[in-house]
Amino acid sequence: MTKITVNLITGRTIQQGVSMEAGKEKEDYMKSCGIIELDAVDIAKLGIWKNSNVRVTSDFGSVVVKAIEATQGPHPGLAWIPMGPWANMVIDTNTYSTGMPTFKGTPVTVEPAEKEIVLSSIDLVLNACKE
Amino acid sequence: MTQLVTDIICPFCGTLCDDIEVEVSDDGKKIIKVTNACAIGAEKFLHAQSPDRIVRPRMKQEDGSWKEVTYDEAAKYTAKILCDAKKPLMYGWSSTSCEAQATGHMIAELVGGVVDNTATVCHGPSLIAVHDVGIPSCTLGEVKNRADRVIFWGCNPAHAHPRHMSRYSIFSRGYFTTKGSKSRKIIVVDPRPTDTASVADYHIQIQQGRDYELIDALRVALQEGPLPETVAGVPKEKIYDIARLLKSGRFVTIFFGMGVTHSLGKNHNIDIAIALTSDLNKYTKAAIIPMRGHYNVTGSGQVLGWQFGFPFCVDLSRGFARYNPGESSANDLLMRGEVDANFVIGSDPGSHFPFKSVKVINELPSVCIDPHMTPTVAVSKCHVPVALVGIEVGGSCYRMDNVPIESRKVVDPPAGMLTDGEFLELVLTEVQRIKGVAA
Ligand code: SF4
Repeated sequence: MTKITVNLITGRTIQQGVSMEAGKEKEDYMKSCGIIELDAVDIAKLGIWKNSNVRVTSDFGSVVVKAIEATQGPHPGLAWIPMGPWANMVIDTNTYSTGMPTFKGTPVTVEPAEKEIVLSSIDLVLNACKE
Repeated sequence: MTQLVTDIICPFCGTLCDDIEVEVSDDGKKIIKVTNACAIGAEKFLHAQSPDRIVRPRMKQEDGSWKEVTYDEAAKYTAKILCDAKKPLMYGWSSTSCEAQATGHMIAELVGGVVDNTATVCHGPSLIAVHDVGIPSCTLGEVKNRADRVIFWGCNPAHAHPRHMSRYSIFSRGYFTTKGSKSRKIIVVDPRPTDTASVADYHIQIQQGRDYELIDALRVALQEGPLPETVAGVPKEKIYDIARLLKSGRFVTIFFGMGVTHSLGKNHNIDIAIALTSDLNKYTKAAIIPMRGHYNVTGSGQVLGWQFGFPFCVDLSRGFARYNPGESSANDLLMRGEVDANFVIGSDPGSHFPFKSVKVINELPSVCIDPHMTPTVAVSKCHVPVALVGIEVGGSCYRMDNVPIESRKVVDPPAGMLTDGEFLELVLTEVQRIKGVAA
């Protein structure tokens, strides 16, 4: 199966902010943050349909999110997951003695995962705690 | 008849907009309409009214279900886990008032806790940089009235601080900037062509994580020194052009965000951004301002600063204040398993910390004080819902430029609900009783 490697960054989006304030347990929050924005070129390389689920894996963890085409692009080779528990499953945990984990610049692989589902924020965190 | 409450402070982001208008029902209990706020700010006010809001404290049972308890019981549990612990982590503080923070810090002193705020995942590196090299800064009012060269470095206010651009930094008309955006040149440095970049005069699509190099190159370019063909993916001609553009301005302001603090280099990226600002002051007037996230994260740093001398990750476990980011900071403590109880207020580490830290919280005795259901609540043993500061109770807050602003109460909280301050007072009294100290 095709797998691509991209550089992952995270951060705020307005949808992330609005849906978070409307309730992190709600579906809208998952729809706003349980996504990965990929450049059109990278989606083509991966050979998937837009809006299908993918598995994102780094040295630090793995998570299933929905792949959408970058809304603020082009930026080939760069991927974006809005800040939230989905991004935090895979970001670089090293703080290098600053207290700050490395939320931007984590190499990740992305592969199709059409049969897997994107979990809600609460289920994602609770399920992972059991593992 | 509805009433219109004007000049309300928005308690979401560090812009702390102070012109929100809220239409409330006759009896002052229900918010009907919010105007002037951005989409995020408006949602914050409206969600306070959500019919499924949790209004009583609750404890998690063995089987994972929740059991309602009284505020007194919740305060006793909180006091007990804090007093029993050798080194409790007391994290958050950025979405509550300075008054509540001060009460919380009294508890932290008594129990020997570590107090850290959301700067630890936001502008902590900026605070470290300020300690290292100082900071030439100004207020947002000065930006509005004077700034004719504005740089947004690694920040995207169109998404994170939606009204910042219209109130202060791009479109607003000030005393010396009477033509609004036409009076200013806007530069956005970001690895993505963001929505903020689309309204800028120049977008510099920097290679991610190469901020230090590009800022260094700009410092060289200010002096017309030699540069390689490209730096951080940016052609040298563009770097020289930007340097000349900045020098030709009357007032330069650099706003910077997580693109700089979250990338490798961290505090060093900010050291050099501050050095660039100092350099610019040889040619013109220049200032630099961090784009702070939570509406009162700046206030948390201020209150910690007055009380203990440090703005975040203050370790009181030895009976005096120690500060050592990387050692006394929340994520390092959690991931190394160095804390034995977790207390959260006014933030959501369950969503915003690396999962490795969240998993540790799940295993500790823990309490989460939060008006809403969040992943932090899900991994905590006790959940204490409280009234929302800035909506259901007033209190002092600090804007991102360190200007203190008094937030206002708009509506009553649901009946019987305590505020952060009131709940913390209950915990403090109980801690004093356990420790045998006079109130
Ligand atoms: S810009 Fe920030 S402070 Fe202003 S209304 Fe929006 S969220 Fe509130």
